[in-house]
Amino acid sequence: MAMIQIREALRQAMQEEMRRDESIFLMGEEVAHYNGAYKVSQGMLEEFGEDRIVDTPIAENGFAGLGVGAAMAGMRPIIEFMTWNFSLVAFDQVINSASKIYQMSGGQYSVPIVFRGPNGLAENLGSQHSTSVDSLYAHFPGLKVVTYATAYDAKGLLKAAIRDPNPVVFLESELTYGIKGEVPDEEYVIPLGKADIKRPGNDVTLVTWGKQLFNVEQAAAELAKQGVDAEIVDLRSLRPLDHETLFNSVVKTGRAVVVHEGFLFAGVGAEISARIQEACFDILQAPVLRVTNRDVPQPYATNMEQLVVPSPERIVQAVRQVMER
Amino acid sequence: MAESLTLPKKSSLEPLDRESLTHLYREMLLIRRVEELAAKAYTQRKILGFCHLYIGQESVAVGAAASTGDDYWMTAYREHGQAMAKGMSARTMMAELFGRATGSSNGQGGSMHLFDKENNFMGGYGIVGGHVPLATGVAWAAKQRKENKVCVCFFGDGAAHQGAFFEALCLAQLFKLPVVFICENNFYAMGTPLHRQSAVTDLSLRALGVGMVSEQFEGFDVEVVRDRVGAAADFARAGNGPVLLEIVTYRHRGHSMSDPAKYRPDGELDEKKKSDPLAITRARLADDFGMTDADFDAIQESVETEAQDAWDFAHASPEPDTSTLYDFTYAPQEG
Repeated sequence: MAMIQIREALRQAMQEEMRRDESIFLMGEEVAHYNGAYKVSQGMLEEFGEDRIVDTPIAENGFAGLGVGAAMAGMRPIIEFMTWNFSLVAFDQVINSASKIYQMSGGQYSVPIVFRGPNGLAENLGSQHSTSVDSLYAHFPGLKVVTYATAYDAKGLLKAAIRDPNPVVFLESELTYGIKGEVPDEEYVIPLGKADIKRPGNDVTLVTWGKQLFNVEQAAAELAKQGVDAEIVDLRSLRPLDHETLFNSVVKTGRAVVVHEGFLFAGVGAEISARIQEACFDILQAPVLRVTNRDVPQPYATNMEQLVVPSPERIVQAVRQVMER
Repeated sequence: MAESLTLPKKSSLEPLDRESLTHLYREMLLIRRVEELAAKAYTQRKILGFCHLYIGQESVAVGAAASTGDDYWMTAYREHGQAMAKGMSARTMMAELFGRATGSSNGQGGSMHLFDKENNFMGGYGIVGGHVPLATGVAWAAKQRKENKVCVCFFGDGAAHQGAFFEALCLAQLFKLPVVFICENNFYAMGTPLHRQSAVTDLSLRALGVGMVSEQFEGFDVEVVRDRVGAAADFARAGNGPVLLEIVTYRHRGHSMSDPAKYRPDGELDEKKKSDPLAITRARLADDFGMTDADFDAIQESVETEAQDAWDFAHASPEPDTSTLYDFTYAPQEG
């Protein structure tokens, strides 16, 4: 076991996969000579050369589409968006091209591609650099949508995403690239579509994904002091969704709170809540609550920004509400 | 521009003999007849949705296929003729238009989404200009694998104003990718004529800003198209980078089956029909290769048979099995 930063875990995942499969290449803005805007790809140009670690001009629609075409032709591109906010000018390629080509071609052409980059709150970057795109991409069949909180999950999930024969939207975070975690020395891959119980508990299920796990863990620690034993389900994958782990937990606890960045209205939490109530209605002791971003574009000022996103306090408050029913 | 490369005046292809040119004539005629039958099927509601006919533009697809037959192709939604020129059978195509299990995409795609992997025909796309970047990726793969193949990417004059088109040109030139971009300028983006779409009506000039070699020419003569696309493919194949060809053509029908094309000035269609690709090549075969009316009648008859057979095949084919609904969303993991 080694303690490494999440950016290193992601880099190791790409390096290991690129060593075993020559058809993989990494393309995006500043990934090569600059070593990555967030240093995820540091040193990779040196190892793999300019044909496989490729800088692009600022043309997201163009290079996302290039990736899709290369994937159709049998390569395995990793397309880095400097942030997922910029993917919105490439939305057509991810949705109308990547997610539909296998279907439109009647199964003749698959699109084994990974689109990756940081997503969601990045602290004081204003509204155009703070969007959570989870619900936008999770809406579409044909895509897989994967995210992580820990270094261990980051590496294992990215390796699985690269090996997947379908387009995978891989959501990272600027704020957690530097967080360290234990990663085994031997090779491992985490299958997509498997949630992970990050904390077992009996009283309430806290459902989350991505970096909100850290807020949820803080909230669970506080709740423990108050005598509430929370179970944390880290979904890790929004598509496919691990219903089994999710429902088993809710059946055990009878209560659920969903915590995520992005908006309440038509957010992924709405889908999770609906599925829980459809499957576990008779067992639920209280309505499923959601803790999400407040319904405004992200403000810049620190106090305002912190007011918008989920916090341990808001999570504790929501749990107290479902416990009192 | 640092370097001023131009296309060779002639391609590396030998001129066509009577047999080869007759073959291209037959291909064009088959596309024409299949499209006419598609129109008929549409009015009978056997073909549904949108249906964009290629009538009038056959020389572009057939001429391009005669010089880039083994290469990768990508195109937009007016692609029935291109799919057939690239090797898709009339049966398979018509069955897809009819929404049948025997169609090229098992009835999943329809008129706008024809795909034929066996012939490197990489699709029919319905977002104007959206597929142009994909072609750079196919060329990227071909270049990395040293396949000596190019990617031919077709789109219309309407796509020449899309950001995706411009981004694709930028990337293709920057990475010197073997792409032959073919803008089929048929003068109308749906109902909007070229002069109301663009301040610059010579669309080949779009290449100048990215330093790309380009050429504009009339594409009614299949031999001219074959040679100029051949020259562009030679150029790209040799590692010189991409080429933008603007091929001036004309569609005889409306944008789609629901468009009566009332926006055309009086007399324009009749004038343009004087340069009907079929008439041009027929005259050439008669004048220079001594083809007789009886020869043409025989071709016509075999084409009629093949086109009608495609209709019959599509009509008799089963609808897709509803139990396969979820089979086309995710590719299965290999191994």
